[in-house]
Amino acid sequence: MQLLNEKPKSLLDVQMHYCPGCGHGIVHRLVAEAMDELNIREKTIGVAPVGCSVFADHYFNCDMIQGAHGRGPAIATGIKRSIPESIVFSYQGDGDLASIGMGEIIHAAARGEKLTVIFVNNAIYGMTGGQMAPTTLIGQKATTCVDGRNPEINGFPIRVCEMLATLDGVVYAERTSVHNVAGVVKSKNAIKKAFQNQIENKGFSIVEILSMCPTNWGTRLDNPSEATKYVSESMVKIFPPGIYKDVSAK
Amino acid sequence: MAEKQLMKGNEALSEGAVRAGCRFFAGYPITPQNEVPEYMSWRLPQVGGAFIQSESEVAAINVIFGAAATGVRSMTSSSSPGISLKQEGISYCAGADLPFLIANVMRGGPGLGNIAGAQGDYFQSTRGGGHGDYRLYVMAPNSVQEMFDFPKKCYETAYQYRVPAMILADGTIGQMMEGVEINWPEIDPKTIAKPSWSLGINNGRERRMVGSYDLRDGMLEKMVLERVKRYKQIEEKEVLWEEKMTEDAEIVLVAYGISSRVALAACRIAREKGIKAGLLRPITLWPFPKKRIAELAPRVKNFLAVEMSLGQMVEDVRLAVNGATNVNLFAKPGGSPIFAEEVYQAIETIVKKGAKEYATVK
Repeated sequence: MQLLNEKPKSLLDVQMHYCPGCGHGIVHRLVAEAMDELNIREKTIGVAPVGCSVFADHYFNCDMIQGAHGRGPAIATGIKRSIPESIVFSYQGDGDLASIGMGEIIHAAARGEKLTVIFVNNAIYGMTGGQMAPTTLIGQKATTCVDGRNPEINGFPIRVCEMLATLDGVVYAERTSVHNVAGVVKSKNAIKKAFQNQIENKGFSIVEILSMCPTNWGTRLDNPSEATKYVSESMVKIFPPGIYKDVSAK
Repeated sequence: MAEKQLMKGNEALSEGAVRAGCRFFAGYPITPQNEVPEYMSWRLPQVGGAFIQSESEVAAINVIFGAAATGVRSMTSSSSPGISLKQEGISYCAGADLPFLIANVMRGGPGLGNIAGAQGDYFQSTRGGGHGDYRLYVMAPNSVQEMFDFPKKCYETAYQYRVPAMILADGTIGQMMEGVEINWPEIDPKTIAKPSWSLGINNGRERRMVGSYDLRDGMLEKMVLERVKRYKQIEEKEVLWEEKMTEDAEIVLVAYGISSRVALAACRIAREKGIKAGLLRPITLWPFPKKRIAELAPRVKNFLAVEMSLGQMVEDVRLAVNGATNVNLFAKPGGSPIFAEEVYQAIETIVKKGAKEYATVK
C-alpha cells in the first residue's frame, strides 16, 4: 500500500477551533506542508496574531509566540534580528495587519526584514463577531456597517499587496485564494516561495490569501459554496490574485 | 585603580547596559533620551548586537517583545510620552514573563509637556503602567554613576524573576555629565546560558511557546498567581535604599532620583541650622522600602516626601507610615528644577513652626 498523503509534521494533531467553511485551517495546513517540504520546522519561529488565528500558537509544531494585535511584524523583527539563522513567519488577518498593524507591516517591509508574512484576508473581523474590516468590500454588510460598507461613511477597502509592492524592501508579494483547488495549489506554491526567499536570505515576502468567513459573512454554513462564490464573484474583483512583486531572482 | 570617565547620563546608561550584556536595542527618538538610541546605534554593532530604530514606540516595545523571547539581553528607552505608548507592549511582556530593560528618562507632563526633568511617571512605573495586574522592577538612579551601574542589577533581577525591569531616570540625570568609575567587569552574554524558556533553533527539543493569554477556565488566574509569588520574593529580597543622617533625625526626607540630591543638600542646610534632618532615598521604587520606613516611623516626628510630581511617591510613604507619624509633602510639578533652599524652607516650617501635614500642594 502506498501512502499518498499524511498530516504535516509541522502541524500538531489537535482539534482546531475554526468554524465550518473557514479558510484558516487550509492555510495552516499549507504553511505546515511548506515547512515540512523545506525541512525548516526545527528552526522556524511563528508569530501568532490577535484575531481568529490567535490560537495558531497551539496548532503549529514549532516555537511560537503570541503578541499584541497588529504587532506581529515588529515581534518577528525582534526575533529574526536576534537569531538571523532562524526562519520567522508572521501569520496575520486583515484587521490585524491592515488596520491596527498597518504601521508595523509597512515598516517591516520598508526595512526589508527577512521575514515571511502570511496574510489571510477574509474582509471581516471574525473573532470579534463580524465588524467591518479595512478590507471589507463596498456594499458588504458587517455589524458596524449594517446596511453595507458605504464609502461616504466608511471609506474604501485597502489593497495590501499593491501597496507593499511599491516598497523597495519587498522582494515578493503575491495574492492568492483558497476558495477552490486551483487557488489552494497556487497558495501553497506562493507560501513555499515566501519561505524559500527567507531561506535564501532575500528579504521581505508576503502572501495575501483571500479566504472565506461563512459565519460572519452570513452565508449558509450548510452550503460552503455560497462563501466560496463570494470570493470568486466579489472579492477577486477588488483584490485580484496575482504576483504584485517578485524580484527574488535578482 | 578603576578607570574613570566623564560621561553624560544617557551615555553612561547605554554603555552600562552594553557592559551588562545588552545585545539588542529598539527605540524611537524623543528628547531628553536621544543619546541612548544614538549611542546604541554604533555601539551595539561593535559587540555583535542589533540596533533597530523602529517606526514608533509601539513598534519598538514589540520588537523587544520578540527579541526578549529569544533570551537576548534587550533594551528599549524613551521619555514619558513614549513610555505611555509602550504600555501595551510592556503589559504583554510582563504577561509573558519576559525579562528586559526599559529606561524612562522622564520629562515634564502630562501631554507633550516639556523636555526638562520631571518625576510625574511614578504612579505609571510603580503600579505596572499598562493593563492588568503586574509589576516592574523599578530602579531610580540619582547620578551618572548609577546610570552606568544599574542596568547590570536590572538584568540580573529581571532574569532571575522573569520580570521586566525599568530604570526610572529623568531629563536632568540623562543630560548631566559626571565622572563614572568603571569598576565592574564587563559581562560577555555568550558566557550566560540561554534561558530554558527562550525561543530559537530547536534541534529536536520540545517546541516552546511565549505568550500572555490562557482562555481555559481558571488557568489565567493560576498563571497570574504564579507570577505574584515571584513578585512577593522580589518585595522580600530586592528592596534597595540609602540613608543619610537618619540615625538621630527628627525629620526624614524621602526622595528618589534627582530630587534626592536636592533633598540631601536641604538636609545639610538644616543640620547647619541645628535641625536634625536626614534622608531616606528609595533606590528601588518597586519594591518600595516600606518596611524600613515603617521601622523609622515610631521614632521620627516627621517625614517629608520631596518629589518633582504632585504627590505621587508620598502615597507610598503614607502607606508605609500607616498613620504612625506625620507625613508632609514638598511637591512641584516636574519640568522645572527644585532647589535645596526651598526644600529647606519646608523643613523649617514643619520643624520650627510645627506645621502639621504640610504640603506645597493640597
